[in-house]
Amino acid sequence: MLDNIFGVVLIPEIFLAILSFVCLIFGLYLKKNAFRQTSNFAVLILLITLLLVYLDFESDFANYQNLFSNSSFIDFFKILVLMGSVASILISKEYFLSMKLKNFEIPILLLFSTLGMMLMVSANNLMSMYLAIELQSLALYVVAAIKRDSLSSAESGVKYFILGALSSGILLYGMSLVYGFTGSMNFNSINIIISNYNNLNLGLIFGLVFVLVGLAFKVSAVPFHMWTPDVYEGAPNSITAFFAIVPKIAAVALIYRFCLIPFEHFYSEWAQIITFLSIASMFLGGIAAIAQSNIKRLLAYSSIGHVGYILIALVAANNDGIKAASIYMFSYMIMNVAIFAIILSIKIKNEYLVEINDLKGLSRSNPIVSISIAIIMLSMAGIPPFIGFFGKFYVFIAAIKQELYVLSVLGVIASVISAFYYLKIIKVMFFDENIEDRKINFKISLQSKLFLAICLFLIICFIFYPSILINISATLEL
Amino acid sequence: MINWPLLSVIIFLPLIGGIIILFIKEDDLTSNNIKWSALLTSIGTFILSLTLWFQFDYSNPTYQFEEKFRWFDDFNFHYNIGVDGVSLFMILLSTFLTPICILASWSNVKKRIKEYMLAFLFLETVMIGMFASIDILLFYIFFEAVLIPMYLIIGIWGGKRRIYASFKFFLYTLLGSVLMLIAIIVMYRNTESMSIEALQGNFFLFDTQVFLWLAFFASFAVKIPMWPFHTWLPDAHVEAPTAGSVILAGVLLKMGGYGFIRFSVGMLPEATNFFIPLIMILSIIAIIYTSLIALAQTDIKKLIAYSSVAHMGIVTIGIFLVNQQGLEGAMLQMISHGIVSAALFLCVGVIYDRMHTREISFYGGLVKRMPLYATVFMIFMLGSVGLPGTSGFVGEFLVIIGAFKISSYIVIGAAFGIILSAVYMLYLYKRIIFGEITNVKLSEILDINTREKLILIPLAISVIIMGIFPNVFLDPMRLSLELIITNYELANAR
Repeated sequence: MLDNIFGVVLIPEIFLAILSFVCLIFGLYLKKNAFRQTSNFAVLILLITLLLVYLDFESDFANYQNLFSNSSFIDFFKILVLMGSVASILISKEYFLSMKLKNFEIPILLLFSTLGMMLMVSANNLMSMYLAIELQSLALYVVAAIKRDSLSSAESGVKYFILGALSSGILLYGMSLVYGFTGSMNFNSINIIISNYNNLNLGLIFGLVFVLVGLAFKVSAVPFHMWTPDVYEGAPNSITAFFAIVPKIAAVALIYRFCLIPFEHFYSEWAQIITFLSIASMFLGGIAAIAQSNIKRLLAYSSIGHVGYILIALVAANNDGIKAASIYMFSYMIMNVAIFAIILSIKIKNEYLVEINDLKGLSRSNPIVSISIAIIMLSMAGIPPFIGFFGKFYVFIAAIKQELYVLSVLGVIASVISAFYYLKIIKVMFFDENIEDRKINFKISLQSKLFLAICLFLIICFIFYPSILINISATLEL
Repeated sequence: MINWPLLSVIIFLPLIGGIIILFIKEDDLTSNNIKWSALLTSIGTFILSLTLWFQFDYSNPTYQFEEKFRWFDDFNFHYNIGVDGVSLFMILLSTFLTPICILASWSNVKKRIKEYMLAFLFLETVMIGMFASIDILLFYIFFEAVLIPMYLIIGIWGGKRRIYASFKFFLYTLLGSVLMLIAIIVMYRNTESMSIEALQGNFFLFDTQVFLWLAFFASFAVKIPMWPFHTWLPDAHVEAPTAGSVILAGVLLKMGGYGFIRFSVGMLPEATNFFIPLIMILSIIAIIYTSLIALAQTDIKKLIAYSSVAHMGIVTIGIFLVNQQGLEGAMLQMISHGIVSAALFLCVGVIYDRMHTREISFYGGLVKRMPLYATVFMIFMLGSVGLPGTSGFVGEFLVIIGAFKISSYIVIGAAFGIILSAVYMLYLYKRIIFGEITNVKLSEILDINTREKLILIPLAISVIIMGIFPNVFLDPMRLSLELIITNYELANAR
């Protein structure tokens, strides 16, 4: 038993959990600079956890009562989650400090949320999946509302909580149906039990649909996306950065594992649902973003659109799909880290950037920053030679190998629509004249600069040596 | 023959020049340094690309100067470049026009010179790379990357409605090219190959070919552009700065024609055969319709833009005749149009720089004040009309000869277009150059200066050389085109 609890699989998670509590106590006793110290400590913890996950990269040990599983796919996504958390904590530190959001609980809550996400990625049982989702969500509900004196932050927290609780309820109900009709909670056993069914059980389909609704809420796929723009807009910028970068990675990994392991033999059933979610997300993400003037809302819709593409690869349901998803998520993560590193550093008239039009004339005062934003935007739009193009390219390869022609064509058409709003940002920066002489202050901290430089390097130079990432992603197995 | 990667050097030299420019600090004193480094880089590229021509082996129909190394580990995608008879002159056209563009914007681009030069040098790299690619994905990457600098050139340095024009340009062409991406992936799925060279032939079932052909058509028909997909072109041309129009008309439109030859005719011969009537009808409509529209224009640039669509109609007719005369004529017409329309836009730029208007009614009687300008303008105008002895004639003539072999209705359509082109170009020339100077503002206008001479005279010379010695240009491409025609005939003989 002891051997199992401290089995290799969970060592990183256990380490993270214990150290998070240590960090909490550590924060309580700190009088001065509590926020700064705890966030440094949190980053250190995350980095060590990252190392632990990495060292365990290719092993396949016995797991704890089959609640969690271990595979290269899981490890890859865990590493992405950890890298995303480290990056988002570091790039947002200055923002927290200057907004006087110095609660030392923030980094600790983010640590717990990260822990939840790591468990989410590796969950191999309906129950552990649910608990992991709740762990990460509860921490996120609190951080969304962390700016207590701000109405919009509180609103976003409450909105997120109510909708999140609703979706958890639906998820739980779906899980109970799945359990009721299969008699098992374990992903692998469900797979085996279902493979014996010739035709489909109505109750099981209901269960599947309910669980997928709950998961679609977590990845914010249309039509369960309503919370995303509001929460992104209302939460403090740095929390939005975390929202945009990290939870999505974990949720995507989970929806992949959920569809491809227990319901492997129900392909035609869930593929219909996912196809619909995918098309709706791509188009709504593209069309709704056009009308946005708030940059955070725009990025929210953009992330909805990206989810649509990842779901195409899920419908493809082959090894290329898994490969495409991991490449796409990697590119999604670094593009978002880069754009948020910039957004969190731009101040206009001593206010942080909110409106897209505030970027007017940026190319005059800060040419390098505006070129960086332009590159990130083109990359998000999927224009070669940037990394975003390769993400989309692999998604379409996976789809076409599975002969999903209609879905691919709809996907590329949606990508043209979404190119419009990415170009709009470039237009505001480069084409519009800055009529009033506003002061645009770009003060970037050292660590943000470092992350920005690394991410831009990866975005631009991925094309020169793509094989590292591609070889890793080609070997991933669920 | 040579053991250093000549072609890669040609492709990436402009980019390296651009990166060097990036590090020059921009202020009033150094702006000339920026211009000079850009100019020298592009001239160096042009000279290097000339060596490509001199070392070109005329008796070899396949790719030369080939470079190849594996790029992506997981599928059959290589960094694979080379030059054959079809792409040789496209590359030369790009390297020839870029220094001219830089020279043309020497004094009339006043803001953000650094970014401007950077955009042009990046554009040059991308254009050459696209024409030199043997790998389809590499081709696609360059093909789409063209949009980035062109979008910025129109959007930043363009005219009043530049934002509308730049968005229309970008989204219109993007929509076409993403469909091509799907087609490329389908091709890869069916053949496990991404080499343009290996895929020349007939490798796909007829039904697949039809869909692939339509996807490629969406991309190239927008790019070339064919009626009814041409509406982005007049807007883009009118709003782009002079040099932007030059590159747009001179090289970017040729990407469509090049793609038709390589992909539609070369790889999908059966579908091409199936779609020939469609292309012919669209081309003839394009020639007549846009010529009539050109006749009604009041803006000089718009007139030339519409005339481009008409000329490209002749190119598409030539390509889809798929016989010796037709393809050679289409190629020559593309090269000729690349030079002539570029020169015409430069001529418009000359008077626009002086008077800041492109209204035809504003001008009149320029011959009195600008005799030299009137002369070079006349050469280009006649080249555009297709007068014997100029470059335009040879291409149109060959296309018409080729068309006689297929159907005389096509000939009637094409010839009607050529007559109309004479009508609108001569009418334009009459209104601008001849007559009395009625506008007081024109009484002080100056003739072309040394810089403008340096730009326009080489172009005028090449128009005449192409008209008198077309074989200089036809010989290198003949065997490569024959290969394509043989493939096509083999595929359709079955």
